[in-house]
Amino acid sequence: MGDALFRFATAGSVDDGKSTLVGRLLHDSKAILADQLESVARTSAERGFGGEPGAIDFALLTDGLRAEREQGITIDVAYRYFSTGRRSFILADCPGHVQYTRNMVTGATTADAVVVLVDARNGVLEQTRRHLAVVALLRVPHVIIAVNKIDLLGYSEAAYTAVADEVTTLVGELGLPEAHVVPVSALAGDNIVDRSANTPWYRGPALLELLETLPSLDELETELEALRMPVQLVIRPQGAVAHGVDDPDRFRDYRAFAGRIASGTVRVGDRVQVFPGGATTVVTGIDAGPRELDAASAPQSVSLRLADQLDAARGAVIAAAGALPEPRRELDAALFWLGGRALRPGARVLVKSGTTTVQALVPEIVGRRDLDSLELEPAEHLEINDIGQVRVRLSAELPVEEYVAHRRAGAFLVIDPQSGATLAAGIVTAPVTPTTGRAGNTSTTRTTTDTEGVAA
Amino acid sequence: MSAIDTIPFETGIDTLDALESESIHIIREVVAEFERPVLLFSGGKDSVLVLHLAAKAFWPGRVPFPVLHVDTGHNFPEVIDFRDRTVARLGLRLEVASVQDYLDDGRLQERADGTRNPLQTQPLLDAIAAGRHDAVFGGARRDEDKARAKERILSLRDEFGQWDPRNQRPELWDLYNGRHTVGQHVRAFPISNWTELDVWRYIEREGIELPPLYYAHEREVYRRDGMWRAVSEVSPARPDEVVERRTVRYRTVGDMSCTGAVESAAASVADVVAEVATSTLTERGATRADDRISEAAMEDRKKDGYF
Ligand SMILES: Nc1nc2c(ncn2[C@@H]2O[C@H](COP(=O)(O)OP(=O)(O)OP(=O)(O)O)[C@@H](O)[C@H]2O)c(=O)[nH]1
Ligand SMILES: [Mg+2]
Repeated sequence: MGDALFRFATAGSVDDGKSTLVGRLLHDSKAILADQLESVARTSAERGFGGEPGAIDFALLTDGLRAEREQGITIDVAYRYFSTGRRSFILADCPGHVQYTRNMVTGATTADAVVVLVDARNGVLEQTRRHLAVVALLRVPHVIIAVNKIDLLGYSEAAYTAVADEVTTLVGELGLPEAHVVPVSALAGDNIVDRSANTPWYRGPALLELLETLPSLDELETELEALRMPVQLVIRPQGAVAHGVDDPDRFRDYRAFAGRIASGTVRVGDRVQVFPGGATTVVTGIDAGPRELDAASAPQSVSLRLADQLDAARGAVIAAAGALPEPRRELDAALFWLGGRALRPGARVLVKSGTTTVQALVPEIVGRRDLDSLELEPAEHLEINDIGQVRVRLSAELPVEEYVAHRRAGAFLVIDPQSGATLAAGIVTAPVTPTTGRAGNTSTTRTTTDTEGVAA
Repeated sequence: MSAIDTIPFETGIDTLDALESESIHIIREVVAEFERPVLLFSGGKDSVLVLHLAAKAFWPGRVPFPVLHVDTGHNFPEVIDFRDRTVARLGLRLEVASVQDYLDDGRLQERADGTRNPLQTQPLLDAIAAGRHDAVFGGARRDEDKARAKERILSLRDEFGQWDPRNQRPELWDLYNGRHTVGQHVRAFPISNWTELDVWRYIEREGIELPPLYYAHEREVYRRDGMWRAVSEVSPARPDEVVERRTVRYRTVGDMSCTGAVESAAASVADVVAEVATSTLTERGATRADDRISEAAMEDRKKDGYF
């Protein structure tokens, strides 16, 4: 058994040092090879980085596009890989610039942890708030706040504490889980891989120690949740078996439901329920290619054989018996509006959830989350980078769940039916009324009565 | 470790299992949502890996798409042999886009430096159009190059095959949006998140066959641009270059005229895994002349419709 995979993303305002931190982390954990370092050192020297010979601009390790290097900013997510022996990491270095927030959302949706950089000289800025609101919306399991550039403040504990307190307060207001706060200098390498002698007043772990020990999303979720697997396609060779299969006759009637387990564990002999229809049957086999398994769990890709010949195809969902949610046509949802055209009430869109895409109508915009007050305010429309609360009417029933209860069953895309563009990241929520709920906060008001017209 | 009887569900799954599952999920999504996918297949280890994953994804059914080889005409004979045997073994349909045909009838001209990698773009795009392929699988990995590190798993291309790195579609959770309009197509990169070492560890674990070039062998070589280049008809030594016999292997397999070998005694998969784990150079840095042309060579070629 090898090491496990852990995914994390950076976030925070433009120039707060995300790419420099990532470069430093890669360099200090020996993940940079000689030719890459040489190339980055050469470019740093050509551009006179740091004003002294030999200074290396570590941000160049991830800012790989021509335009990024020319402008000295990150435009789109860079994915990098490193491994420490304890863990393999997939690292997404996200842009801080407001114009590219959609790319930060891209990086954050798959993250087990987000490292939010804050320049110790500036404290919390508007983009810091926006990114943290996104992290809260997406419910990224772990939030690490890296208070950066403390070298420029003489490694002052007081300066660090002031910023740490400010961010911690915001994290609490957003309803995020407790954040880990680390004082760092990405440029000098303090508290990145090893604890620094420059911050004797800091007793916590270095950044890498945190990343190596926090549990990943799948580690957190498989223990908790019941089986759920959206069906991607049905495998039915009907005689057209793969070349090299020894005994083709054995597979003449083979029929299995292929998919990636979204949550939980499945074992041969388990009773499962299938959407649509809700019929109950038994798992008779679990195949991973030619290898038969006794059990499999999220996020494995498998093919499930079932006892009964059910009429199920792509878009079906196989769940543990009793765990299939009531299919719904009406959703309350929070959206992060990524761009393209603005959203107005009455808009017709496509919703992609699991392996199904259906037509949908947005009859009502309940409100828009104000970044400063974090309150939900009435809104006529949603524009790029807005976090909004809406109601969605689907053209067909879907077995979704609230995102807080089940990420993969509660996440969806909003797609423009004409251009095909992805317009929004959507999550299914409990019903929310303006001025009561807070972004990502689980203590939103559940209304049992009809909430029609609350936006008025 | 023996993968066949290890079912690590009690303790969570390891990195290779997680990568494999992610890749199979992507391959199945593309097959389910597109009409006419095709796999770019060069016989190199990354495209062999994608094919292996596809075979697993649809087992015991057949791989439900053809493969496309963009043939520069500067091939290692061992690789063409391997390609043909693989296609026959899996019962696949092979489409070939031949750069040589384009040179012969004048649609393309040979470059002054003799390399043909940049000439692949037009035959590739023509083959995609001719096959009406709406999705093109590639074996590119994000750890190969700083421009590739920026690319989405599903990458939208316009009718000229161009990549617009400043305006990529958001890619959220594992919900892939492959919608495209007439003339556009999608490049799909199922092994985006694999590193070179992951690929080799998986090849070892699964016992995947590769062209023999990947393992140490003796060959007539000469030194150019800091790399060992094979003596061949398309890549002869210049008079001032010394030809010698050395034990080498290839870390990437591409056009013979611009792919270099590395000195190596790694004769088995296990040797290669050990070598890659301790290598001090990146795969492309060690072996690809075409990526050394400029800082942004890969980005520029991708913008023009290259893989
Ligand atoms: N003194 C000092 N400078 C730093 C530190 N970290 C980053 N910088 C500098 O701050 C500037 C911005 O750093 P980047 O790493 O590019 O910032 P970023 O957050 O990635 O920016 P975007 O991706 O464009 O949002 C660069 O000039 C860095 O050298 C630090 O710890 N100390
Ligand atoms: Mg950056």
